[in-house]
Amino acid sequence: MGLLYGLIAVGLALIFGLMDVTNFAHGEFLMVAMYLSFFLFAFFAIDPLLSAPLVAAALFIFGAVVYLLLVRFAMRAKANAGMVQIFTTFGLAIVMRGLAQYFFTPDYRSIPQSWLGGKTISVGGIFLPEPQLVGALVSIAAFAGLYFFIHRTDFGRAIEATREDPGAVALVGIDKNRVFAFGWGLGAALVGLAGAIMAVFFYIYPDVGASFALIAYVTVALGGFGSVFGAFAGGIIVGLVEAVTALVLPPSLKSVGIYSVYLLVVFIRPRGLFGSM
Amino acid sequence: MDKDFAARRRRDLIIAAALATIAALTPLFVKDVVVQNILILTLMYAGLSQSWNILSGYCGQISLGHALYFGLGAYTTELLFTKFGVLPWFGMLAGGVVSALIAMGLGYPFFRLRGHYFVIATIVIAEIGLLLFHNWEWAGAAMGITIPIRGDSWLKFQFLRTKLPYFYFALALCCLAWFVTWWLENSKWGFWWRAVKDNPEAAESLGVDVFNSKMGAAAVSAFLVAVGGSFYAQFVSYIDPESVMGFQFSLLMALPAVLGGIGTLWGPVLGAAILIPLTELTRFKFGGSGRGVDLIVYGTLIVLISLALPRGLLSLFSRPKKTGAAR
Repeated sequence: MGLLYGLIAVGLALIFGLMDVTNFAHGEFLMVAMYLSFFLFAFFAIDPLLSAPLVAAALFIFGAVVYLLLVRFAMRAKANAGMVQIFTTFGLAIVMRGLAQYFFTPDYRSIPQSWLGGKTISVGGIFLPEPQLVGALVSIAAFAGLYFFIHRTDFGRAIEATREDPGAVALVGIDKNRVFAFGWGLGAALVGLAGAIMAVFFYIYPDVGASFALIAYVTVALGGFGSVFGAFAGGIIVGLVEAVTALVLPPSLKSVGIYSVYLLVVFIRPRGLFGSM
Repeated sequence: MDKDFAARRRRDLIIAAALATIAALTPLFVKDVVVQNILILTLMYAGLSQSWNILSGYCGQISLGHALYFGLGAYTTELLFTKFGVLPWFGMLAGGVVSALIAMGLGYPFFRLRGHYFVIATIVIAEIGLLLFHNWEWAGAAMGITIPIRGDSWLKFQFLRTKLPYFYFALALCCLAWFVTWWLENSKWGFWWRAVKDNPEAAESLGVDVFNSKMGAAAVSAFLVAVGGSFYAQFVSYIDPESVMGFQFSLLMALPAVLGGIGTLWGPVLGAAILIPLTELTRFKFGGSGRGVDLIVYGTLIVLISLALPRGLLSLFSRPKKTGAAR
């Protein structure tokens, strides 16, 4: 479970953590991805596992378009930039929820049969549900990929440089909007991947994103802004804490553990575990 | 103090008195219950947003967890009323004091945090409060509390046949929050807050007590919001954790101030006067379909206003001279 939170958080870590843009519609990106993979399954009988790359590609375009049409202008605000970003993306989230209700109705949907759904696999005597296992593997791969991307490629370095000083990168010929549009696309594609996998074992409904979004923010902040590894570690910690809390407290209180750990961590380390900002 | 500033403050006070008088007279002409309802909510959110603005606007500590104080106010009042028979008027004060104390208690660790870390911490603490009330049997858990109806009475602050007392209380709350803001704006605290917001390090080095000025702002802000929560509980006469402590309240308190002009005296009132009727009307017109059209309209409005007017609607009225004169 923890690695799944990690997977949702990794996209956010890129947008929120590395580019320092607040995205309150992250949960709704996830929702869109889950619906996409549901409809690909319902109409074309494509298993979510196969359609995952398609969903990720669609979300890439979606994320880049959102950046170019909305976020770009929100970032240009001269006053209250933070609040403008919060409320622009929050407004977008409400619109997306409304649209989902309008077109998909508020009904709960699920993907009844898929290659992975409901199966378990035994690893050294411990039974693990397959979808979660695949999710965990994809998550590790995604983190490794992102880490490599940020630290080893020119484009990754361009993203960090652009956040640090947009004026200076313009001087060396980097187009800020192209870099950030690509970053948003990539962030959305990662959450698309998460959505495609989660569609297998979660109910899909217009508000599904909200329940995961806050945990994703907490995960990113717990690990510290500006650190890919931090978000990964945050995901694992969140998952472990949730599992432990579930043993001690009633299920409805399971998130309290996660939230308390976040508060505890930032009280001791105000920049998160591995944060640089 | 410079002359323009003093004149502006006097003018603000006169405008406020005039607006309050006009507002107080509206029930003479507006008899429609639906419209009265919208007016009450508008005044309430104007007051709440004004209170939120003290901590988040003037002092710059963006809180998206004020639903906690709203809910604490509502719950303190109603628990005292239903379990111990304490009159809501005292409950209201108690709720305010409880919230202010909790806000200060939380302030100790919270005010060390900056930026996103602080905002997320405020969301998270409100969410913890929500979950705890959800599981607190004595306080009704998820079922909430239904306030027993014992007939119209000022003493118990409940009225079945008329909404007017609620209207006047909401108006009084809004005026109180406005007046507190107006008064603090020109006090030592008001100047400290703006200094803390603009540059905490510089403020500290000039002898501003940064930590205590944040605490002061948090306490005043939480107290007023809790009184609003008590009022709301009496007004709707049924509360459960979601309906008084949900995240949406934190946003609904912040939105009017942000749309009107964050950190300004008139922003919250202006924002609420436009936003709340719009929200209620879209819900009234499109909400019945259950298909989310009201959400689409509402969300689009938020996006458009925050993109078009990052300084808030108030920036439309301000003349360039004001920036120079206000300092």
